[in-house]
Amino acid sequence: MVGFRKLMLVQVKLYIREPMSAFFTLLFGPSLLVLLGFIFGNNPDPMTGGMGYLDLSVPAYIAVIIGVVGLTAVPIPSATRREMGVLRRFSATPLRPLTYFVADVLAPFLVTLVGILLLCLVGTVVYRVRFDGNLFSLLAAVVLGSCAFFALGYALIGLLPGVRAVMLIGNVLLYLLMIFSGAVVPLEVMPETVRSISRFLPLTHLVALLRGLWFGKGWGDFLIETAVLVGMAIVGMLIMARTFRWE
Amino acid sequence: MTSQNGLVVEARNLVKQYPAVRAVDQVSFGVYPGEIFGMVGPNGAGKTTTIECLEGLRQPDGGTIQVLGLDPLRDRYRLRERIGVQFQSAALPDRIKVWEALDLFASFYPHPVDWRSLLEQMGLSEKRDAYLSKLSGGQRQRVFIALALVNNPDLVFLDELTTGLDPQARRAMWDLVRSIRERGTTVFLTTHFMEEAERLCDRVAIIDHGKIVALDTPRNLIGSLEAENRVVFEVDGRFDEGLLRQVPGVLRTEQIGERVVVYGQKEGLVSGVVSTLESVGIRFDNLRTEQPTLEDVFLALTGTKMRD
Repeated sequence: MVGFRKLMLVQVKLYIREPMSAFFTLLFGPSLLVLLGFIFGNNPDPMTGGMGYLDLSVPAYIAVIIGVVGLTAVPIPSATRREMGVLRRFSATPLRPLTYFVADVLAPFLVTLVGILLLCLVGTVVYRVRFDGNLFSLLAAVVLGSCAFFALGYALIGLLPGVRAVMLIGNVLLYLLMIFSGAVVPLEVMPETVRSISRFLPLTHLVALLRGLWFGKGWGDFLIETAVLVGMAIVGMLIMARTFRWE
Repeated sequence: MTSQNGLVVEARNLVKQYPAVRAVDQVSFGVYPGEIFGMVGPNGAGKTTTIECLEGLRQPDGGTIQVLGLDPLRDRYRLRERIGVQFQSAALPDRIKVWEALDLFASFYPHPVDWRSLLEQMGLSEKRDAYLSKLSGGQRQRVFIALALVNNPDLVFLDELTTGLDPQARRAMWDLVRSIRERGTTVFLTTHFMEEAERLCDRVAIIDHGKIVALDTPRNLIGSLEAENRVVFEVDGRFDEGLLRQVPGVLRTEQIGERVVVYGQKEGLVSGVVSTLESVGIRFDNLRTEQPTLEDVFLALTGTKMRD
């Protein structure tokens, strides 16, 4: 694809130069881990089936990173560029729309992978968090989760009137999901009402899937979670395809 | 390179209808190779819509267009390899650096020029590592021109190139446009500054309410007015205008306070006025001549002043 390599490179650079996106994708997970590790340590807890707090947190933070990127770091710059006329400028060159779009998705995904890798390294090396799963299985779940949440981000761009609305709704959704999905505070310590709400939140399903795979369970145990994420990816992409505009 | 009749751009009966207004209404014109062709008119006259139809970014509702012998919609990607575009309102991300933008755009084309020398020609070498958001308006505009030239285009579109620039930057931009033409690139520009069109363009199409009301060289357009030249000066105290009516070529005179305006035909008007004043010993000051401009042409053709 003409121009793809350079476009990817520039998109990655732009992503990293945006302080908010860079922090939440690359540093937020590891620093939260360090902070909570300092406070709670990683002692086995009977309430969570003998897992330490950090054991549970590493796979959950992977989900959080994906959620942050999908709900804010993908849609906000993308909507901003459309509103500023950046896409219009590209549309006057021989660059194909598909090339632009693939780079627009893959660049944040690459940075997301780096962020996840950093988180896992800090977790496993510094805090000796166990990993009992299959690496490819985990990677597949990361890809699936990213498809679902990136698609949600693009759907927001299509459905909302402008950058400010995308910022607002993206952030509100993100914080709701983070609080009520058990990603940061384990659901086991939450009241029953919160737990019943959390069943309807997509991030809850991603957290459950990633945790399960992390501790060595198979995909067969997470059919509902997988179905929810696949469905979310498909619906998001359909909305995106119907609402996409160059300007 | 061009269509059969040697034109770089050929538009026939171009129509673009928006819900509330017919933005372009039966517009026909041709652009010759190597010229600076200008489309002038007030904001909302249909200039940008026309230019976007030529670039293949908008679908016309009627008429035919050929640009470099291609159909802008059907052959859009082949056309885009050979044209350069500078938008009236388009931007690049704030945090992209000047060299990154040029390097990126160069990678979109099969045969780009060396963007380093392009930056040098634009006087931007020192800014190559600067973020685009840190540049002045004129510098940013030059980056956008460099981007429009990075594929060494046969034809470049400049939409409202100097809007928002100060007079000095505007004049520098005119020199730049002339240098683009000297490279052999045909220039199609739009502007709502009549002076810009008059100074810069080989031929000018005046457009108003979606229609072309005149198309010719600035000189011919002004000549076609048969407008009077004016000699203006100031005198101390009372002055008998009747004296000047005897001068050959003078049609009429006007006096408002100290200011005297003499209307007449161009040939010999100044020397006739000056020698008459000196022969009768009248002291005068601030004498100057005023020629009709494209602004006057626009006024005569549309009955309205340019709405700025």
